[in-house]
Amino acid sequence: MSAAPTLLQVEALEVVYGGAVHALHGVDLAVRAGEIVALVGANGAGKTTLLRAVSNLLPALRGQVTAGRLAYDGRDVTRTRTDALVRAGLVGVLEGRHCFRGLSVQENLVAGGLGRGSGRSDVRADLERVYGLFPRLAAKREVAAGLLSGGEQQMAAIGRALMGRPRLLVLDEPSMGLAPRVVEEIYRVLAGLNRAEGLTLLVAEQNVRLALRHAHHAVVLENGRSALAGSAASLRARDDVRSLYLGGAECPEAAAPPEARRRAPA
Amino acid sequence: MDALPRAAPRPHLPAGALGLGALLVLAYGIVPLTGTSYLFEALLTPFLALALAGLGLNLLTGYAGLLSLGSAAFMAVGAYAAFNLSLRLPGLPLPASLLLAGFVAALAGLAAGLPALRLRGFYLAVSTLAVQFFVAWALNRIGWISDDSPSGVITAPRLVVAGLSFDDPRGRYLVSLTVVTLLTLVAWRLVSSPTGRNLVAIRDNETAARLVGVKVARTKLLAFAASSFVIGIAGALWAFAYLRTVEPAGFNLDRSFQILFIVIIGGLGTLRGAFLGAGFIVVLPLLLARLGAALLGDGFDSGTLEMVQRIVLGALIVALLIREPAGLAALLDRAGRRLGRRAA
Repeated sequence: MSAAPTLLQVEALEVVYGGAVHALHGVDLAVRAGEIVALVGANGAGKTTLLRAVSNLLPALRGQVTAGRLAYDGRDVTRTRTDALVRAGLVGVLEGRHCFRGLSVQENLVAGGLGRGSGRSDVRADLERVYGLFPRLAAKREVAAGLLSGGEQQMAAIGRALMGRPRLLVLDEPSMGLAPRVVEEIYRVLAGLNRAEGLTLLVAEQNVRLALRHAHHAVVLENGRSALAGSAASLRARDDVRSLYLGGAECPEAAAPPEARRRAPA
Repeated sequence: MDALPRAAPRPHLPAGALGLGALLVLAYGIVPLTGTSYLFEALLTPFLALALAGLGLNLLTGYAGLLSLGSAAFMAVGAYAAFNLSLRLPGLPLPASLLLAGFVAALAGLAAGLPALRLRGFYLAVSTLAVQFFVAWALNRIGWISDDSPSGVITAPRLVVAGLSFDDPRGRYLVSLTVVTLLTLVAWRLVSSPTGRNLVAIRDNETAARLVGVKVARTKLLAFAASSFVIGIAGALWAFAYLRTVEPAGFNLDRSFQILFIVIIGGLGTLRGAFLGAGFIVVLPLLLARLGAALLGDGFDSGTLEMVQRIVLGALIVALLIREPAGLAALLDRAGRRLGRRAA
């Protein structure tokens, strides 16, 4: 797997909010084309900040990259505007499923296509593709996104990102606050896209067990530093990761085998 | 599936094309033949100018979610620009000077929109307040803007389009109606275009909009420019077609609030809202005056009227917004649906 080129390279990244709060101090991360990389860590470890830095959203949030560099597809993108990144295929999905509430599902999706600069026929084809992946969205295409359930909003947000035809899709906590069955469906679609189309994924996830089950590689963030990195299998096997992230803190439902979980009420 | 061009059916315009056609036939065919001067001068012309200003502000505040308290300033820029253009370029036809006045106002809006790239919500509103005060200052201090007339009072030129005089009340109404119709059409095209969707995307979630590739800074500036363009032309109509003689004080902060109330009462983020709100604001004082005169007789002087107006308007706004935060447009929609259900 080391033959695949590195799509995203993060080197010694440091981020400061408002000139005072140090959120990241020295994060290293590499995402190879075609793999799923999980970014795991506790609350406040810096997962969201790292993903914001990757999409260059920090300036709008009073944050700033003070050291280190970000390279996407071999080019330094530390100062590249978000819309240019989207056109280059680096598309993000925010934490907390942010849809445009006043627009219909379809308008939300189309916004994702137009942001990339897709033509009309491309948008139409991509719409069908997204509706094929998330049939629930097809049934609600004319409904205002603000009226959807949490799971549907997350699907709409992911679908909107897919409309941008990403090469690297960056997701922040796609499982947050959702029923296990919905989480399964979302991860099944994402893993399917990875297998079938080679879509590269960088996923921040608090549910470490879930993340390690789907990812090829994982990076553990601790207090704004990348503490551990390795293949998902090797991290699953490590004692310290087990006791810190996979131990008794997990709720029993998440620890149950997938068969049992699928029967749980959604 | 052919779903792309068919956007979600949202009621931008009243009851579809049929209702709109009927409205235009009424406005162009029946009203000019049957209306009185009083109807044109006291009701319809100010209604049209205020509705247009509301429409402009709605592009900015209702669609893009950027709060502005400087509407009257942009109206003033439009009015004084149209005045100067017709004064200094005597050969310029009226439509051209209105259009250019709109562009001057759009430039002013562009400048006023620059802080919006960094400021949000409350702070942005305060920065538009600065524009309001700056324009008032400029109109009073810079003599050539009002052709050196004392205290900045200007008198509108005669309304002549292609050799035809529109200088009577009916003509001024027709000029206003035509301008408002055309600009409403343009605004409707704008809000149903991808750019219009981007405005709503920025309003609903700016970071997510950025993340799907919307050029946020450019779109915000565009919202300011388009909004000010429309408000500027509304100001020119207000000055040329309605008041005929304008002083800078006519474009003070009270006017800005009036436009904002029109948009809030009518319904943010709908084109109909501006018309409903403007109708409400124009008709309410007249109704109150009639009512007061009928109830109290001579004791109801203009001072009392103005006070009662403010109290009733304030109470109505509060009541309406508690009942229906989305304004008269949503209230009307709901009533329509209820009627439809009862009929079915």
